[in-house]
Amino acid sequence: SLSLLAESDDNNFILQGTQVKDVIIKPDAPNTLLLDKHADYIAAYGSKKDDYEYTLSEYLRMSGIYWGLTVMDLMGQLSRMNREEIIEFIKSCQHDCGGISASIGHDPHLLYTLSAVQILSLYDSINVIDVEKVVDYVKGLQQEDGSFAGDKWGEIDTRFSFCAVATLALLGKLDEINMDKAVEFVLSCMNFDGGFGCRPDSESHAGQIYCCTGFLSITGQLHKVNADLLGWWLCERQLPSGGLNGRPEKLPDVCYSWWVLASLKIIGRIHWIDKAKLRSFILACQDEETGGFADRPGDMVDPFHTLFGVAGLSLLGDEQIKPVNPVFCMPEDVLQRVGLQPDLLS
Amino acid sequence: MSSVEEISNPVAENLEEDGVEEENTVEEAEMEYEEPVKGGYIFYRDRKEWADLEPVPQDDGPNPVVKIAYSEKCNKSSDCFGLQKGTKSVQVTCILHESVVFDVCRHYRRVLLQALDKDLREEMKYITAIIEDQPKNYQVWHHRRMVVEWLNDPSEELQFVAEILSQDAKNYHAWQHRQWVMQEYKLWDGELEYVEELLEEDVRNNSAWNQRHFVISHTSGYSDSAILEREVQYTLKQIKKAPHNESAWNYLNGILQDGGLSSYPGLLEQVTELQDTCSSPYLTAFLVDLYEDALETNSSSYDQQETLNKALELCKLLAEEKDTIRREYWNYVSRSLQNTYGSGDPVASSSDPPPPSSSQQPDTEPSDP
Repeated sequence: SLSLLAESDDNNFILQGTQVKDVIIKPDAPNTLLLDKHADYIAAYGSKKDDYEYTLSEYLRMSGIYWGLTVMDLMGQLSRMNREEIIEFIKSCQHDCGGISASIGHDPHLLYTLSAVQILSLYDSINVIDVEKVVDYVKGLQQEDGSFAGDKWGEIDTRFSFCAVATLALLGKLDEINMDKAVEFVLSCMNFDGGFGCRPDSESHAGQIYCCTGFLSITGQLHKVNADLLGWWLCERQLPSGGLNGRPEKLPDVCYSWWVLASLKIIGRIHWIDKAKLRSFILACQDEETGGFADRPGDMVDPFHTLFGVAGLSLLGDEQIKPVNPVFCMPEDVLQRVGLQPDLLS
Repeated sequence: MSSVEEISNPVAENLEEDGVEEENTVEEAEMEYEEPVKGGYIFYRDRKEWADLEPVPQDDGPNPVVKIAYSEKCNKSSDCFGLQKGTKSVQVTCILHESVVFDVCRHYRRVLLQALDKDLREEMKYITAIIEDQPKNYQVWHHRRMVVEWLNDPSEELQFVAEILSQDAKNYHAWQHRQWVMQEYKLWDGELEYVEELLEEDVRNNSAWNQRHFVISHTSGYSDSAILEREVQYTLKQIKKAPHNESAWNYLNGILQDGGLSSYPGLLEQVTELQDTCSSPYLTAFLVDLYEDALETNSSSYDQQETLNKALELCKLLAEEKDTIRREYWNYVSRSLQNTYGSGDPVASSSDPPPPSSSQQPDTEPSDP
């Protein structure tokens, strides 16, 4: 089908007479998995603490650490990271209210509370923080309609519903919130196309769909999903290049190899994606010189896309990578140790 | 193009993939010195009454694991002030134009706004400038919503969002804000016209189609047959202009879900008529859905066997020719239809692909000579 592509304008190609927004993978793009380079990239990331990009991303540091550690663990290289330093860092980030911040001196938020709990699960060190207070913090963010705010300022988003239940599940404390209302709210965000948005009536978006299917998996409510309809919407994300986008008429991005793919895995329709084509797209997003993955071929790499590129390949069955859990985006062996086996549809 | 966005966990704070199509705020934030006046907002460093204040250096505490490095470049366009106000000592932290620091500062800003009884109109000007600079950040939009709530004044909102959408008609945050304003303050008038304008500019704007559904659902609803017919005809018209348009087909499917595709008067005829001039896998897929609906409802207007055959034929066409990347899906639909409505032997009906011993071979494996 590439022979039918003729360039019209930037990222708009003509395929069989109609415009398609996509990228074209160059013939010299990487096509083998460069795991060692990625491990070196992550191990060195953040070692220069006055690096400009690194300092500007301090506001999300806890999540940055989670991405780095998780991808290293998936590659069997977790031992190269500084466990003690990270655990101390996390301890310094728990506030009196129980919530955890992205970095020292920053304010707590559900997003970084989840990241911290995920990291501590990887390290089997949950009890270095006050677990009860974390539970209190999460509970306190649930609203009357069942939704969750991200923090005390009240932003509502289905992402936070996912953060809440994922955090509590990892702590074994799912029963502490109003589950029925939480489910009710997430289901109220289901759209006419079978997808989910951030709030009721919000446009369906692959990232939000991942959060909602993950939520419904953790809460045992996957039967409420229209798996055929949603599966169709999700496999429609695949473009001629093999890459996946996040909603109609958008460019592909390697992080959707995670959000779309994990969602499909959760609802039992992962084989509706052309796996070979997706794999070649993901591999093309590697940087052979620096290691790491970028959002799309030729762009600059970062730890976020590196995790989701590797995790996506794991979901596609690459045997060089540890199996990844599609709900938590953590190695399966960690979840087995914790005793979590969230539902997946078949 | 760089790609570190504001994201956390496997969950993105900024799932907006548009962020990667344009300059990324983190990796490529240009530290240009901004004009002091931006949309009427004057930065503190430029105000005469603040001129005598000395910047107070940030104190990150002893031995931070991660230190905020205020580099040379950073200090050129940031100012940190210590403010004495009566007995209250408040630190007004960095007034930077990078949204990434807004995330850090927002707590201070909000606490200050509340504590100092600040002029919220000023704050509105501030957040307008920040959003125009960094429209893909969750926090800046939420901040604006808070200011609108505190002021209880939505009068600027629709115009402001329209301005942001004129730069990027699919900005996910902008649309959420717009929806909130409309619902909260009941500002439905003129929205359908606005949506139509946007669809004139880009008929493939999925956000605009979603907004169309939003407006109608919350006003007239779709149960009135005149409204439904208007919408069906409008959508078919847009499809004629651009048949390869997922959003339009999804919308058509969505609004007809309740009533059923096969029973909608004249729809099959109109769609099959389109086939000649507007071939598209979406059209073929829509026909499959329509035939499936006819089978499911056991519609008397359709010959069941013929309808099943047509549907299977189309699935085969899609799997083998028109939409091969999704062949697994089309084969599944085919098998499901066979099993449910066929009179022959049952085929594996789960969504899983049939086991390797079946006659279906993967495309990549060579057949034996």
